Amino acid sequence: MFEIGLAHYLSVAAILFTLGVMGIFLNRKNVIVIMMSIELMLLAVNINFVAFSSYLNDLVGQVFAMFILTVAAAEAAIGLAIVVVFFRNRGSIAVEEISQLKG
Amino acid sequence: MFTALIFYMFAGIAVGSGVMVISSKNPVHSVLWLILAFFNAAGLFLLLGAEFLAMVLVVVYVGAVAVLFLFVVMMLDINLVEFREGFLQYLPTGALIGVVLMVELLAMLGGWAFAPDIDALIKAPTPTLDQASNTVALGKLIYTNYVYLFQASGLVLLVAMIGTILLTHRKRTGVRKQVIADQVNRSSKSVELRKVQTGRGI
Repeated sequence: MFEIGLAHYLSVAAILFTLGVMGIFLNRKNVIVIMMSIELMLLAVNINFVAFSSYLNDLVGQVFAMFILTVAAAEAAIGLAIVVVFFRNRGSIAVEEISQLKG
Repeated sequence: MFTALIFYMFAGIAVGSGVMVISSKNPVHSVLWLILAFFNAAGLFLLLGAEFLAMVLVVVYVGAVAVLFLFVVMMLDINLVEFREGFLQYLPTGALIGVVLMVELLAMLGGWAFAPDIDALIKAPTPTLDQASNTVALGKLIYTNYVYLFQASGLVLLVAMIGTILLTHRKRTGVRKQVIADQVNRSSKSVELRKVQTGRGI
């Protein structure tokens, strides 16, 4: 209990990842909250990488976590730009109303 | 003992703010809870000895990404009343999927083990603190063995930047802007010097 091991960090990451997945399902009115959920999931993955890197004494995990940070930042920027453009065109960002590609 | 307390504090606040991110009524509050989650994840990184990543998390995520989220949330005029509609409707599905995923992850957490030849598989052993600090060691690794990957991530950011500018840039009509070239290219005939008599005007 008081000896913090790898499993503790993996549990935290698992909980955060699950929260992210649930957030995607629960929020149907706002794309931005869905993107925040994706950020939460990426954060959980990063915690996994850093925890394994620390407990295996291998620095490559941290290098990889840094690249995940880069991709997450790029994804957030492009996603928010798409949301802004969509809002400008349609006046709403509710996921349920985004159905133009349905045909 | 002390480390354990710190760990439980960071982990508890991170998980709690994660819950608030997906369940808060106002998207602005969601962003603020997300910032809290990032700060506590940075604390967890510090506990794991990854100081550089902890600082990058605070600077890049809190300083850039979360503030970007905040800008967009505040810029868009979102109807807060209808924002929560459908939350209860999707709660059973979301909870079911969450529980299933959690059970799967926990089952995996209970049953995994390191490979027997794990020590031979380590690519870059972490130097001890008296050899190099975390930042120095990470820098030496990124700029030597992983320099192509580093350049590629720079390209990813460049593409993101160009894409974002391209998406959100728009030509607005009916806006009068200063055009330097037109001003410079004006012919001398457009200006005329007149002698004005005193008290008469033109």
